[in-house]
Amino acid sequence: MKQIKVNAIRNGTVIDHINAGKVLKVVEILDLHVPDVVMIGMNLPSNKLGKKDILKIENMELSPEEVNSIALVAPKATLIIIQDFNVIKKVSLEMPKFIENLIECPNPKCITSLENIKSKFLLTDDIPAMVRCHYCEKKYLIEQVKIRIK
Amino acid sequence: MKNLISMRDLSRGDILYLLDLAKKIETKEMKPDMNRKLAALIFYEPSTRTHFSFATAMKKLNGQTITMRGTKSTSVQKGESFADTLQTIAQYADLIVIRTGVEGSARYAAETVDIPVINAGDGANQHPTQALLDLYSILKTQNTLENLTIGIVGDLKFGRTVHSLVQALSDFNPKFYFAAPSHLKMPPYILDDLRKKDIYFEEIKDVEPYMQELDLMYVTRIQKERFADPEDYEKVKGSYIINKSMLKQVKSNFKILHPLPRIDEIATEVDDTPYAYYFQQARNGVFMRQAIITTLLGGKE
Repeated sequence: MKQIKVNAIRNGTVIDHINAGKVLKVVEILDLHVPDVVMIGMNLPSNKLGKKDILKIENMELSPEEVNSIALVAPKATLIIIQDFNVIKKVSLEMPKFIENLIECPNPKCITSLENIKSKFLLTDDIPAMVRCHYCEKKYLIEQVKIRIK
Repeated sequence: MKNLISMRDLSRGDILYLLDLAKKIETKEMKPDMNRKLAALIFYEPSTRTHFSFATAMKKLNGQTITMRGTKSTSVQKGESFADTLQTIAQYADLIVIRTGVEGSARYAAETVDIPVINAGDGANQHPTQALLDLYSILKTQNTLENLTIGIVGDLKFGRTVHSLVQALSDFNPKFYFAAPSHLKMPPYILDDLRKKDIYFEEIKDVEPYMQELDLMYVTRIQKERFADPEDYEKVKGSYIINKSMLKQVKSNFKILHPLPRIDEIATEVDDTPYAYYFQQARNGVFMRQAIITTLLGGKE
């Protein structure tokens, strides 16, 4: 297969193995408004996923805590930190068990929809992945909920 | 146990502890005293019965109550936040009992104030004191919570009491028959939970053929407002009315429970039979609420 060229970055963060089609959602979650180069790759060939999306952000180092919530939409994603063109850290993201202030509860009768309260959700052990609102206790598929931009 | 918000928070051990304490209070083996304790009963939604039951329970414990009803004549109408209202009331009282139409409000109240909070119903979500008094009634009539065959009839979709009860009983290997009009059936997430726990259940059209098999029947009110077309209501309501002729072949331990208020889903002719238990059930509610208040205020195990 022909090599597809995507510019390497000198310093920054790469989020690899994003499920194909989900990179724009990831950008939305990270609320990326940065002055430096951001590269978005979509539908690249991948041994692991068949097709994948990728995101490269120059001059910005994200911690696993900051990006774990990305796993809600891209459960197989990997976080790679680059310094001087070298990979200095590579970790698989983990779906957070407890998700604070990131998901909007779809239940209009939930207190978080009516009062100005931080939303809290817990990941259940269902497959496919579901989350339960800590307050109204309703359960939703991750696909069903709106991930709120901070 | 610091608060009572949801049946989900209670372990089997917590439930058995409260059932035992309710029994000891009823038989006067224990006489807890809440002298000088004040419970604030905050009822944003009307509920004569639950309010009355809590007030009675607190008074029987020598405690006192203050009540806030609706939102009229309070600061809520002036735009005060829910959190501020709660914080203020928490300065006066030792315990908050709260009923609202907003789901999750009791959980939020418990996170906002330092005093114990009891959920007396948060919208369609939870009503744990009702579930516990139902369990206490079941235990008293059957001498066990294990391996019972239970028919649940009426509005199973919006009836939060049946949801809490089914959840609570699912730790005790029950067998369920659910009978409801087609658009008021048990929600799929509850059925999923039962499947996961390997609990036998069947959705049935008519309870009558199953009467002989039941240890208990739990009946709930079908509200007219749930039907878009009043004619549909008239059509189905007869199928979910329990009358005396249905009770001919029931087991001797058979009992009928109902969270009340009843409209016409149990014919009044049933009241005089040995199977009617709904008024005793309401009485049991006071013992159970005494047990809950004692546990939260006494802090002693």
